[in-house]
Amino acid sequence: MKRLINFTPARIWRIGLALLPFAVIILIYISASDARLAENPQDKLLPSFTQMGDAIQRLAFEPSKRSGDYLFWQDTLSSLRRLGLGMVIAASLGMLFGLMTGALPVLNASFAPLLTVVSLVPPMALLPVLFIVFGLGEVSKVALIAIGVTPFIARDIQKRTLEIPREQLVKAQTLGANSGQIILRVLIPQLLPRLIDAVRLSLGSAWLFLIAAEAIASTDGLGYRVFLVRRYLSMDVILPYVAWITLLAFIIDYLLAQLSRFAFPWHAQQEGKS
Amino acid sequence: MIEINNVWKRFGDNVILENISATVKEGEFITLVGASGCGKSTFLKMLLGTDSASQGSILLDGKPIPSEPDAERGVVFQQYSVFPHLNVLENVVIAREFEKTKLGFLWGAAKKAAREEAAALLDVVGLAHMKNRYPDELSGGMRQRLAIAQALILKPRILLLDEPFGALDPGIRADMHELVLDLWRKHKLTVFMVTHDLKEGFHLGTRLWVFDKRRVDAQAPNAYGASITYDLPVGVCEQEILDEIDESLATKNQAEQV
Repeated sequence: MKRLINFTPARIWRIGLALLPFAVIILIYISASDARLAENPQDKLLPSFTQMGDAIQRLAFEPSKRSGDYLFWQDTLSSLRRLGLGMVIAASLGMLFGLMTGALPVLNASFAPLLTVVSLVPPMALLPVLFIVFGLGEVSKVALIAIGVTPFIARDIQKRTLEIPREQLVKAQTLGANSGQIILRVLIPQLLPRLIDAVRLSLGSAWLFLIAAEAIASTDGLGYRVFLVRRYLSMDVILPYVAWITLLAFIIDYLLAQLSRFAFPWHAQQEGKS
Repeated sequence: MIEINNVWKRFGDNVILENISATVKEGEFITLVGASGCGKSTFLKMLLGTDSASQGSILLDGKPIPSEPDAERGVVFQQYSVFPHLNVLENVVIAREFEKTKLGFLWGAAKKAAREEAAALLDVVGLAHMKNRYPDELSGGMRQRLAIAQALILKPRILLLDEPFGALDPGIRADMHELVLDLWRKHKLTVFMVTHDLKEGFHLGTRLWVFDKRRVDAQAPNAYGASITYDLPVGVCEQEILDEIDESLATKNQAEQV
């Protein structure tokens, strides 16, 4: 018998072991739901999968009686647009600040302490300010995501920039490069995969900001919907929505990982080595 | 070509180098040896321009040596010398791109010419078959060959090598010695090579500098710095002297370890 730390399951077993906890959770849910519904068919707390399917069928494939929209897709689209816009802004600003403070000691001296302080401000506490300044429309929601995520990305990129071995910068100089060329040809290409990593890591908090902003002031969006139907205890809508948000988060993360692998093959090799 | 006049280097109270003076002619191949931490790398950094002397001057063609690295002085470090995000060919081409364009990107025919030139150079260092690989796929020896090719494409007058083969196997190291000597002769370079391997210093190049402390105060080991204790032409001197140096450095190394 091998030591436990050396015991690695074969591939087929690994897939089975990975699926097992999901199956167990679903089974527990189904039996609990069945038990409650058997006692009280009106129970709303643990809806059956059929009920959830009906709710989603209604929201996704039948036009809303009030507006004529397909609410599920409308919500998804609005939320993804806000999330995407917020992340694009955050990634661009974060890259800019991080790169500049990391690459140029002069800017580091003047902006790095500011960046540290700003990153400690809780973004959620700024939400009222954003609502006051930008109104209750789209801008304040996108701004919350951007403001919440930018400092994280900026600090991460700054750190990564400083981690690039000094030798490479000296080498570039001995090849006659000036500061601009070093930034364009040596630093930015090496930081792009790290930017993708930073975006992947910060997507969790971006979703948090998005849903919070939508819950407080919005007329559509995934976060808006779950908080709206909470009033009617509509677990049959909330649970599929949460699952859908999770799936979206997973897909986005997966796509970013694939993008990084195909666009920056050298990065994957480096990761593999270290 | 290079004149070193009474150079001192201090970090606070610690004297690293004391009163180094020497003259180097164009085309010399100088090997710098010494115990670890004796300041030979610091000296190389001064030649490179990333570090400056606390006192004294280093003159290149009668003018103070630029205090920033430039294309006149190529360099190969022990590691991290190549760009991990560029493949082998691009790693060499990039030097021409830095040289010829403002933003560092070449296009079309100019790019093609630069690629051909780089490919020819890679052929010389024996990396022709690895052109499309990334540095992380190469062995340590290949990476150093790449770093050398990269340093040479702009034809620098001075080549600085900071323990370039320190991390390589002895067999590969011998191949690399051949390569460096060959390139040095062909390109008429002035080479400074730092090494902690005395044998490397004994048979490479034309001149051997041994960095060591002339005076040692047991109560304050950092009160005195190292200077060039031996300045020998390589290949001419007696085996006895080399043994003597070997001995003195070996005891110093042991003393440090204790």
